[in-house]
Amino acid sequence: MSTWIDVCHIDDLQPDSGVCALVQGRQVAIFYLPRLHAVYAIGNYDPFSEANVLSRGMVGDLAGQPMLASPMYKQHFNLQTGICFEDANVSVPAYPARIENDRVAIQMPE
Amino acid sequence: MNTKQTLVVIGNGMVGQHFLAKLVETAAKDQFHIVTFCEEPRAAYDRVHLSEYFTGKTAEDLSLVESGFFEQHGIEIHLGDRAASIDRQQKQVTSAKGVVIGYDKLVLATGSYPFVPPVPGHDRAQCLVYRTIEDLEAIKAAAEKSKIGTVVGGGLLGLEAAKALTDLGLETHVVEFAPRLMAVQLDDGGGAMLRQKIQALGVKVHLNKNTSLIDDGAHCLHKMNFADGEVLETDLILFSAGIRPRDDIARASGLEVGPRGGIVIDNQCKTSDPDIYAIGECALWNGQIFGLVAPGYSMARTVAADLTGTEASFTGADMSTKLKLMGVDVASIGDAHARTQGALVYTYQNGSSEIYKRLVVSQNKKQLLGAVLVGDASGYGTLLQYCLNGIELPENPDSLILPQRHDESVGLGPDALPASAQICSCHDVSKGQVCGAIEAGCTTMGQLKAETKAATGCGGCAALLKSVLDCELIKLGVEVSTDICEHFPHTRQDLYNLIMVEQIKTFDELLDKHGRGLGCEVCKQAVGSILASYWNDYILEKPHIGLQDTNDTYLANMQKDGTYSVVPRVTGGEITPDGLIALGQVAKKYGLYTKITGGQRVDLFGARVEQLPLIWQELIEAGFESGHAYGKSLRTVKSCVGSTWCRFGVDDSVGLAIELENRYKGLRAPHKIKFAVSGCTRECAEAQGKDIGVIATENGWNLYVCGNGGMKPRHADLFATNLDKATLIKYIDRVLIFYVRTAARLQRTSVWMENMEGGLDYLKAVILEDRLGLAAELEQQMQHVIDTYQCEWKTTLQDAQKLKRFRHFVNSDQADDNVVFVEERGQIRPANAEERKHFKLIEEAA
Ligand SMILES: Cc1cc2nc3c(=O)[nH]c(=O)nc-3n(C[C@H](O)[C@H](O)[C@H](O)COP(=O)(O)OP(=O)(O)OC[C@H]3O[C@@H](n4cnc5c(N)ncnc54)[C@H](O)[C@@H]3O)c2cc1C
Ligand code: FES
Repeated sequence: MSTWIDVCHIDDLQPDSGVCALVQGRQVAIFYLPRLHAVYAIGNYDPFSEANVLSRGMVGDLAGQPMLASPMYKQHFNLQTGICFEDANVSVPAYPARIENDRVAIQMPE
Repeated sequence: MNTKQTLVVIGNGMVGQHFLAKLVETAAKDQFHIVTFCEEPRAAYDRVHLSEYFTGKTAEDLSLVESGFFEQHGIEIHLGDRAASIDRQQKQVTSAKGVVIGYDKLVLATGSYPFVPPVPGHDRAQCLVYRTIEDLEAIKAAAEKSKIGTVVGGGLLGLEAAKALTDLGLETHVVEFAPRLMAVQLDDGGGAMLRQKIQALGVKVHLNKNTSLIDDGAHCLHKMNFADGEVLETDLILFSAGIRPRDDIARASGLEVGPRGGIVIDNQCKTSDPDIYAIGECALWNGQIFGLVAPGYSMARTVAADLTGTEASFTGADMSTKLKLMGVDVASIGDAHARTQGALVYTYQNGSSEIYKRLVVSQNKKQLLGAVLVGDASGYGTLLQYCLNGIELPENPDSLILPQRHDESVGLGPDALPASAQICSCHDVSKGQVCGAIEAGCTTMGQLKAETKAATGCGGCAALLKSVLDCELIKLGVEVSTDICEHFPHTRQDLYNLIMVEQIKTFDELLDKHGRGLGCEVCKQAVGSILASYWNDYILEKPHIGLQDTNDTYLANMQKDGTYSVVPRVTGGEITPDGLIALGQVAKKYGLYTKITGGQRVDLFGARVEQLPLIWQELIEAGFESGHAYGKSLRTVKSCVGSTWCRFGVDDSVGLAIELENRYKGLRAPHKIKFAVSGCTRECAEAQGKDIGVIATENGWNLYVCGNGGMKPRHADLFATNLDKATLIKYIDRVLIFYVRTAARLQRTSVWMENMEGGLDYLKAVILEDRLGLAAELEQQMQHVIDTYQCEWKTTLQDAQKLKRFRHFVNSDQADDNVVFVEERGQIRPANAEERKHFKLIEEAA
């Protein structure tokens, strides 16, 4: 079973916005949605533009699903599953994330 | 072997050019070698809008010829060369310059000339006519030496000329031989109302005046002596007493002409010689000359078709007209004088609001035969359709001209029109064609105009076209949902009003009160922009950060590899050598790629997110401030060098550009806004392609609005002329805030204007005449934005909390290893995928 990896303090996050963390050599985009009291973590690499930019996109929901819009060409990704709304064949990795004792932690696949 | 026949076209005016344009669309272009003689020094231009030459349009603006047209289609044009004679035996045309061209087919499109009554003294200096660009130049020059100007002739053209004279600052008189103005189109009642309105505008109208002699005046250059013994002194005389067909060469070659002139043609527009056609104002069909452009175009189409063996005929044309004369709406339809046997007349007159309407209907009250409208021509489209399509009138025809109680509309819905109904007479576009284009996917006026050409001639059919469009879209079930997105059942404008009325300060508050869900990038950005333009808070305040697109969040422009570009403000494009050196030094230190932008500043590319604050620290120390290139906001005010240096400049365009840019910098809007200021009508700053354009004239500044370059260029509309600086600024304040308040999301000013109900006239009414009583409020709101301006980079650099965000990783100081540059032409550029792989391999090997 994978373990929780401590990433940063909750104050390092941007409410309704994202940051990027370096976790075990991977770039992870972490989003904090205060209205849902939730954090989400997905890969930072945008498969469409081939640039590490997803943490700089805008968040919200589409039909009730939490989503992120790529800042480059505006495709939407489901924050829970990493699947692209416009093209279900494209996805980015999604990582379990949580806040505990004001610390943000995520799980990585082994 | 060349088997092509030769087609010669004499005259390259409006109709001649339309003919060529139509012809090259057909197979005939391969059948003929085309030669055209153009007496004027330039190829065809828009005579209908000739008067706009006085209000800032240039000869190029008025041109009807797409660049490269003649070369592209292999048409041989002889500019500035008049066809002097036709030899019908030899089938050849000889020009004034001695060029001789043999023809197989010949088309005469020689137009007409202004009739100058043979009054003694008519040929004195400063006695002019109004037909060509050269005429207008002569009028302009004469007006500079004159105080009083007089137009002889109170017809349509005469009144237009009178308007031009008042615009040139002259005391203006109109002298008319008939007992009323616009005698051809209007009846006595309509003429009287028009006279009243025009006099109220300061033009003196003299009716029943027959000029018998023009000689030296005592105070002015001329004295006009009338048959009734009265006299009028004036410095300039403009003859606009009707037109005469230019049939001289046709006549000399023995072609049949009418007793009062005009080259006789049949339904195929053939003259008495079957190899020769005549079209436009020189042609006489069924004893009639057509002095409007639409019938000429229709003849041109007929001949183009006939030459390719397609059946076509010209069977007369509707002479209905609608125009704005000195701001007064005037329209005349069909049999305005009730000359039809048994015709009945209904008249409505409202003295206090100066409206006159008259309907002419058939004896059985079922058909509309004609109409006259003065002061309010809003019913023109409906009435014209009744008349042209023989649609049965309602039971009480007068309901069509009586003022409506409440909102009940008796307008003919576009549904009532048959598919064959002609919507645009200039380009002969039927309702069926319009509907076809809509079905094929046109959903905006802009697309529809581009696709069908409707409403791109005189523009008189635009309102009707719009109503057909709206009606069809509804029928097609294109639900024109105006909701901004799934989170708010509102338009951007609704949201703006909600924020204003309820004084809402954050997105969360708005979402709680009026929305659902979490929002998305569409509504968040729109609301972020509204909040920024209304409250003008710092956009990186916590509640606003999540509303900004990445460019705004990092106050820089993201490029394809995730790096950013930086554009400091260079107001008006004016920069000191030290400024340039500082930019160069920063670029060099951080290894940035530099490029000069179209907005006259310098763009520095390839900055990593963590470098942005360092770069800006240095730029601000060197005296620069944020250029807002990242925002939907005022970008640049481009300028030419102006009167300070330029030999031709008439005012200080750079000074004004700097002042405007400093005034409006930081203004957030539905989309980016670009300005330009030109120091003279040569227009080196290209102001007419900008959202706001200003051009210096001898008498002040001309203001243009809602232009656009880029993907969908739009020529800006001339909005107000000869303004002093204070008035100019006042108008710009109002236009910009009105745009900010009412535009749709991401709507540039050009599209905003195209979609505005009532169009330019409405915008003028709101801004110049304050029709909505909003002017003071709009100005105040702008003042608030100006008073609360801050350089967003300066504010950011002073806030350690905010600076924390400018790192690639929250938990590491490393940089993004996916950003790789290679060198090209002495500067960096992002590596492509191949190059990036290669680079990684080298790195791993090392
Ligand atoms: C100020 C003004 C406002 C107008 N407003 C309107 C309006 O609102 N609505 C409307 O429908 N119409 C309007 N008109 C009328 C409209 O411009 C004309 O109907 C239209 O231009 C006719 O086109 P045409 O080609 O027949 O003639 P023109 O446009 O006059 O073209 C004829 C050309 O042939 C040239 N030519 C003549 N003889 C020779 C020769 N022997 N060899 C070589 N070249 C020759 C002439 O120099 C001229 O360039 C207006 C006209 C003016 C002047
Ligand atoms: S009728 Fe003139 S543009 Fe359509």
